[in-house]
Amino acid sequence: MPDYDHLILPYSSGDANKDEGLLVEDIIARSQQPIPDPDEWLLGVDHGGVVLTTFDAVLGWARKRSLWPMMFGLACCAFEMMAAAGNRWDISRFGMEIFRPSPRQADMMIIAGTLTWKMAPAVRRLYDQMAEPKWVLAMGACACSGGTFSESYSVVPGINRILPVDVYVPGCPPRPEGLYHGLMELHEKIQKQGYLKDNVHLPRLD
Amino acid sequence: MKVLAGLDIEAKIQAEIPESVVESDQESILIDSRAIPGVMRFLKDTPEFDFNYLNNLTAVDYLQYFEVIYNLTSMNNKQTLMVKSHLSGRENLEIPSITHLWQGADVQEREIFDLLGIRFIGHPNLKRIALWEGFEGHPLRQDFL
Repeated sequence: MPDYDHLILPYSSGDANKDEGLLVEDIIARSQQPIPDPDEWLLGVDHGGVVLTTFDAVLGWARKRSLWPMMFGLACCAFEMMAAAGNRWDISRFGMEIFRPSPRQADMMIIAGTLTWKMAPAVRRLYDQMAEPKWVLAMGACACSGGTFSESYSVVPGINRILPVDVYVPGCPPRPEGLYHGLMELHEKIQKQGYLKDNVHLPRLD
Repeated sequence: MKVLAGLDIEAKIQAEIPESVVESDQESILIDSRAIPGVMRFLKDTPEFDFNYLNNLTAVDYLQYFEVIYNLTSMNNKQTLMVKSHLSGRENLEIPSITHLWQGADVQEREIFDLLGIRFIGHPNLKRIALWEGFEGHPLRQDFL
């Protein structure tokens, strides 16, 4: 009879898994309450007493017309995002066609799909690595609230547990038209945000 | 693709490895868990069966017992077979690994260990795969939560 023992490959040590487990347990313990949505922009631009109207208008126009999203998908919603980026719906009409594979070059994160607790530290690290100003769009029922899996043992019940969310797009999954509606809402927010407005600052995650 | 009936091959397996077959019917054959590696090696290496591909390896919790299910396919003989094995009790569930026969069993045995808590003896890298280290319990068990 042939011997199959040579088929067994070498494996990594278990230390990396232990570290990952500690990181996941840590982020679960810190994320029991949702982060409030940054929604003061609905009231309009607050210049803090400084008049920068024309500059803000130009800055907002420039920012919103060249949003570079992070190339990043978690579940089935990612396919609708890809469809939105493809030639039929053509996201380059909004100056967004460059999905960046590096967080250093991205302005915005589309969380497309179910986020599990095991994935949460990686997503949070990518968000922390993005340069400011940065925006987050929650795409789909799972990203908005956990959706069907909101009481599951392994799914984050809404990504606002770990990130401040600017726009929520419901749907399971939302059609590309739905995503575009959310993106245009985000454009409106960026136009109103202005120069002096701070982003939300999260506590450091080690 | 022909589906082999457990009833037809029961005698051949029993002749090669005595006291290995517990029960058999039209769809599947139930093997004693201690005899799994021997029976699997026999099914893989015998030219008549030649099951060179493990389609699927999964497990089910029926509360009274756990059932581990192996779906085998022979690419050359164009036939399939479902092999099952029962494990009784709720704690210290152990069954021999078949990773040395089909390397594809590696990940699937880890998944069963992760979600149902069945230990595969002889697995080279048995640790959680879908959930993280430190997670309490096994979520696919009927009595989870």
